[in-house]
Amino acid sequence: MSSTVWIIIAAAVATYFTRIGGYLVLSRFDRIHPRVEAGLNAVPAAVLTTLVAPAVMQGGPAEWAAIIVAGVVALRGGLMSMFLAGAAVLVIARHFMT
Amino acid sequence: MPTYGRLKGISVSAQAITASPTRSEFLDGVRVSVPVFVASAPFAMLFGALAVDNGFSVFEAVLMSAMVFGGASQLVGIELFGHHAAGWLIVLSIFAVNFRHVLYSAAVGRYLAPWTKPQQGVAYFLLTDPQYALTETRALRHQPSFAWYMGLALPMYALWVVNTGIGAWFGTLIPDMTALGIDFLLPIYFLGLVMDFRQRPLWLPIVAISAVASVVAYRTVGSPWHVTIGGLAGVALAVIMPPRFSGVGVAEAKA
Repeated sequence: MSSTVWIIIAAAVATYFTRIGGYLVLSRFDRIHPRVEAGLNAVPAAVLTTLVAPAVMQGGPAEWAAIIVAGVVALRGGLMSMFLAGAAVLVIARHFMT
Repeated sequence: MPTYGRLKGISVSAQAITASPTRSEFLDGVRVSVPVFVASAPFAMLFGALAVDNGFSVFEAVLMSAMVFGGASQLVGIELFGHHAAGWLIVLSIFAVNFRHVLYSAAVGRYLAPWTKPQQGVAYFLLTDPQYALTETRALRHQPSFAWYMGLALPMYALWVVNTGIGAWFGTLIPDMTALGIDFLLPIYFLGLVMDFRQRPLWLPIVAISAVASVVAYRTVGSPWHVTIGGLAGVALAVIMPPRFSGVGVAEAKA
């Protein structure tokens, strides 16, 4: 096998370890301390925010308009409608602003 | 104090009441997966095109998508490969980009605990960002079933692999990425997922501190560590705040 294939296999093993690692560590305990539970409950909002904030900071008026519209739509509508609204604003704003 | 497998009881009673068939659970998952694979398709094609451009064969590009199944880490890996970085450095960088999944598997283990061990083994392999977030969203209402989880994961996985192959075959098929807004679609989608959790305790302070920490880390330490640093900042806030603010252990305190 080529060295590229070995790199891919090693990367796959390392990635699987990250995907099961948190469970393997926590499953050694029978009970979860309330503060640990509070931390786990915070994971989705905390981690997913880091995938949004730097991208928004790097963007310009078109990206900001799209993210604001998507955020407002998300307050009333579902995930699909906010996504489509944001994408539409983004494409239109980029068309006219650049 | 809650135990790790405490959802077992809920799962059994929910099944007894609704008797929801596996097939409809699976289709429910498929329905939720549609916006995800629409948003991620351009990235799979982009990865395929870039991989071939950086010296991968079409087979190697498809193999990486099938085995790693993590978009951002694959793009980082292929970039380093193109710069002839050492193999161990490429693997370490992919590990660093994917390190956030440790938090996901710790959090999602509560919902996967009732499943068989082989089911859990497969489920952890498929635990991507949207898979994790949508499983948490599902768990706000009821215990996610294995059929639902696979209905969500399998279309995403299959299309990720197939679209990588298409991108690799056609090379630079995608003409002007920025005009189409493709590069900013995933941040919009992830914002939608963040908004889904706005009823949780401390949501706004957690989002605020994670946003600030990730932007600061992005500018100082650099990518990909801003994800782990920003994520840990939000989690740390929830751990440090007294439990009465974070909404856990309240029942135990009264009893």
